[in-house]
Amino acid sequence: MPESLSFGIDPITAHAWNKDRTKLAISPNSPEVHIYHFQRGEWKLEEVLKEHDLKVTGIDWAPNTNRIVTCSADRNAYVWTQSEEKKWKPTLVLLRINRAATCVCWSPLENKFAVGSGARLISVCYFEKENDWWVSKHIKKPIRSTVTCLDWHPNDVLLAAGSTDFKVRVFSAYIKEIEERPVSTSWGSKMPLGLMMAEFSNSTNGAGGWVHSVNFSSSGDRIAWVGHDSSISVADASKGMAVSVIRTDFLPFLACLWVSENRLIAAGHGCCPMLFEVNETGKVHFAGKLDASLKKETSGVSAMKKFQSLDRQARTETNDTSLGTLHQNAITSVCLHTGNKANATKFSTAGVDGLLAIWDFNNLESAMRGLKFN
Amino acid sequence: MAKNTSSSAFRKIDVDQYNEDNYKEDDCGESQSPPVGPDEKEIINFINQGKNIEALKTVLRNAPISSRNQMVKDAALNVVMQVLLSMKSSQIEEAVNALDRDHLDILMKYIYRGFETPSEGSSGQLLAWHEKVHAVAGVGCIVRVLTDKKRV
Repeated sequence: MPESLSFGIDPITAHAWNKDRTKLAISPNSPEVHIYHFQRGEWKLEEVLKEHDLKVTGIDWAPNTNRIVTCSADRNAYVWTQSEEKKWKPTLVLLRINRAATCVCWSPLENKFAVGSGARLISVCYFEKENDWWVSKHIKKPIRSTVTCLDWHPNDVLLAAGSTDFKVRVFSAYIKEIEERPVSTSWGSKMPLGLMMAEFSNSTNGAGGWVHSVNFSSSGDRIAWVGHDSSISVADASKGMAVSVIRTDFLPFLACLWVSENRLIAAGHGCCPMLFEVNETGKVHFAGKLDASLKKETSGVSAMKKFQSLDRQARTETNDTSLGTLHQNAITSVCLHTGNKANATKFSTAGVDGLLAIWDFNNLESAMRGLKFN
Repeated sequence: MAKNTSSSAFRKIDVDQYNEDNYKEDDCGESQSPPVGPDEKEIINFINQGKNIEALKTVLRNAPISSRNQMVKDAALNVVMQVLLSMKSSQIEEAVNALDRDHLDILMKYIYRGFETPSEGSSGQLLAWHEKVHAVAGVGCIVRVLTDKKRV
């Protein structure tokens, strides 16, 4: 049974964990960010961060430097650092965008972060010591519509971006002021800032749907994305940018996450995390639903239930309005909890139903016979 | 504008075209489906010979999705409707099982287009088709009808 925490009735638009998973930052579909602390067996609200004017669209917590970055529809991003009194203090980041920010992601070494926006560009921000502020550089070409999702390559330079122009692109976000020249990877060798290393279309013939989430695998060779046409795709740079797509039977996914080099989780409007596997030839296939829970007793209409529903709803059929899955509404975000992208043992999902669930592969393994988790 | 002439023609101007941020469709030019559409005579032959499943496969294979010509699309729609409505209810399931995923997506697009212009008894038949295609291809198929920019 996955552990689930309810944060009220408001949808959770974004969530992020601190390094040892004792603190959680969530945004309940408002301009506020709530920090929860796990103390004495329960989650207590520790602080409310109120700096944004409009809805917070993205939160990311840098584990090693313990900084939180938040971005919002008010075209701003703030970097929050904890002072000695344990209070979080914001620092404004000049993104120089004229539209809402949609997503934010710390780089693996936490020296910079990237913000996607409706202004059709990505702001890569780094800290300039001389002036003691965060400065941004823009990646604009050839993005033609809102950037919806971002993820960093493990080399701290390459950045994948999914967009509402139906494309997924890999850019170089190399900032020469703060880092050394990167060594070449399977994506290419020359990486000046803003160079597009690869572009993938979310469909075979120009159609398809908006890209909702994009994720680099732990080696950085593979990239997975999910689109609104209910598809999930994997591209492999080490195999000549070969792409494998499945157009699934499910409702569209909103988030995806690699949990090993060959396995990934996708979750979204279907309210249930799904496991997908990539085989040796690079083809992706569906491996199973991870929500083996509890179908509410739909079998056997008990007399008690019948009278209850007659009393409350004036009807005799016991039409259960709750879903058979743990989440009762769409899952909006998926985060790694325990382990890393090469070998994850736990991951968390947060949804529109205000629920945050932590899924443990060790428990799920026993529930799903016939699937091998190594 | 409207005060002295009471004209509401200004409401029909597409102001987005003047916005420099406007997203323009990619003119890919890749036509993976034939721009002409299925051959009507060939299909009617199939139907008359009773080879309904063959007819269905042919119309779906030759569906003019990439075409910009609305008349071609309408003509194709008519042919597809003839095929769909000529099949007996008992044959629908067999026909659906004979199709692959891509063709099922195209078939679902035609089913929804068929709903738009109902004729006598057509909606009932289309609903039977819809049920069978949904049973095989799930909700993902219906989502793709809604998100796919290449309309049928």
